[in-house]
Amino acid sequence: MSKVGEKTTAMPAPEIMPGGGIDPDLVKQDFPVLRQSINGHPLIYLDNAATTQKPVAVIKRLQTYYESDNANVHRGLHTLAERATDAFEATRDKIRSFINAGKREEIIYTRGATEAINLVAYTYGRQNVGPGDRIVITRMEHHANLIPWLELARQNKAELVYIPINSEGYLDLSEIDTIINNRTKIVALTHMSNVLGTINDVEEITALAHKKKAVCLIDGAQAVPHMPVDVQSLGADFYVFSAHKMLGPTGLGVLYGREELLQAMPPFNFGGEMISEVRFDKVTWNVLPWKFEAGTPAIAEAVAFAPALDYLENLGMENIRRHEIELTAYALSRLSELKHLTIYGPQNPEHRGGAIAFSDDKIHPHDMATFLDTQGIAVRAGHHCAQPLTRLLGVNSTTRASFYIYNNTNDIDTLHEALLAARRYFGHG
Amino acid sequence: MDEKLNDLYRDILMDHYKYPRGNKNLDNFDLENEGYNPACGDDIHLKIRLDGGKIDDISVDCIGCAISVASGSMLADIVRGKSLEEVIKIAKAVKAMLKGEKLSEDINLGDLEALKGVSKFPVRIKCALLSWTTIIDALEARQAGQKAEISRTE
Repeated sequence: MSKVGEKTTAMPAPEIMPGGGIDPDLVKQDFPVLRQSINGHPLIYLDNAATTQKPVAVIKRLQTYYESDNANVHRGLHTLAERATDAFEATRDKIRSFINAGKREEIIYTRGATEAINLVAYTYGRQNVGPGDRIVITRMEHHANLIPWLELARQNKAELVYIPINSEGYLDLSEIDTIINNRTKIVALTHMSNVLGTINDVEEITALAHKKKAVCLIDGAQAVPHMPVDVQSLGADFYVFSAHKMLGPTGLGVLYGREELLQAMPPFNFGGEMISEVRFDKVTWNVLPWKFEAGTPAIAEAVAFAPALDYLENLGMENIRRHEIELTAYALSRLSELKHLTIYGPQNPEHRGGAIAFSDDKIHPHDMATFLDTQGIAVRAGHHCAQPLTRLLGVNSTTRASFYIYNNTNDIDTLHEALLAARRYFGHG
Repeated sequence: MDEKLNDLYRDILMDHYKYPRGNKNLDNFDLENEGYNPACGDDIHLKIRLDGGKIDDISVDCIGCAISVASGSMLADIVRGKSLEEVIKIAKAVKAMLKGEKLSEDINLGDLEALKGVSKFPVRIKCALLSWTTIIDALEARQAGQKAEISRTE
């Protein structure tokens, strides 16, 4: 039985090697799903930009929550309700500290990063973006940070303007002073591209946006899992991410918003929990953060997200970033040995994350992904929910390998061999 | 692994992928249709020349994976000299086979049986379906005296 306020289940401390490096082989032992063979080969999971695997501590917490703490939050006056509420709210505090937000009121639970962006588009966006106003995004956005703005621009007769990218996969800021103009109300961009891997200079963009009195939303779905993020020093007005891309359960995301902005925004969904007082003819909204959390939230998922955050903090986000720079550098060097591959995104591993999209000059990404799967290697093939960007790269789809804390250089060597084996299999050897 | 892989990429199929039939530009044609698979970007363009009620010639221009290219090539191979009704019947039988549905007894699909292995790879079925959906839409539109809309498989 877990007690009120008890710290979440302790996990076998993942080993940090001397000098701060991560030992991926020890980390791997904490991930049951990785202990299996796929098509007769040990599973090598390289689809982490889509979702990451879950450590034992997270899986166990989901189970113990349902076995001993389950209740609805914020309303029951019984012991279980108190436990569930405490654990649910304790994760909010952990999240606040994880991204260094100023206040717990600024952390809103959502279903995922996508819903968080929609929340801002539907509330702040509708309230503040009018005819002739401008919304600025970039050409490297995931559909989640593109469609809501396209739709807002259409509905409110605003214009949507894109920051271009150059041939190396960086944002081209040469015209930025005319792109972010005085009519600009919202600038929304990804912190790290899920296709190119590019890590954008968010601080520079938020400063430019603020100079023109625009607010800046950062899509951190690919950044928060992989590097230290401080929403205040970045100057983000809104920052969104998803739990499942950082060891946590699916169905849970986070919207960080500056308190004064959240205060002034109307609610997104209406119903229970988001109200303070209801009469037949009049309603007052609940205070932050619950004003934006109508209905029963993803309680178990939020509770089980805490051990995911603990796991990452035990490893250290700086160490994780260092590990992924090393892996990315190794992968870029091994993959560029294969002359028939085109590798997208920045060549400098310090400027990018470990999501590497590439294409083979003969083998279609879907054939490649099917072949790699028969070798036990899980990758993503397709447009990675970024169709306009994929087209901009001059292809219909690409293959993407993306790394995390349990991947090592052997995984990359195996990928390298399998990419060559695919050439032989499809008759291009 | 090779056994499972070879089930998908049968020899006949690989031959069609490497040497696609119908991969030419048909100058004089009576109807055409385009098929598109938004999920993966596969794109197929069919041009068909008729002679009486039968298909005289066809060109298949397919940009896509091995499965969609081979499937389109096999289609090009089989439709020449057949009536619209016959082709629609075969195409519907191929679609049923790909989806793992029961075939009507009286159809012998011959080499097209090689596509059967695709049904074991659920995410790849739509690749094989594209050319067959596109030709059904083209021919049925023709029968109804209309022009086909762009076909899609998702």
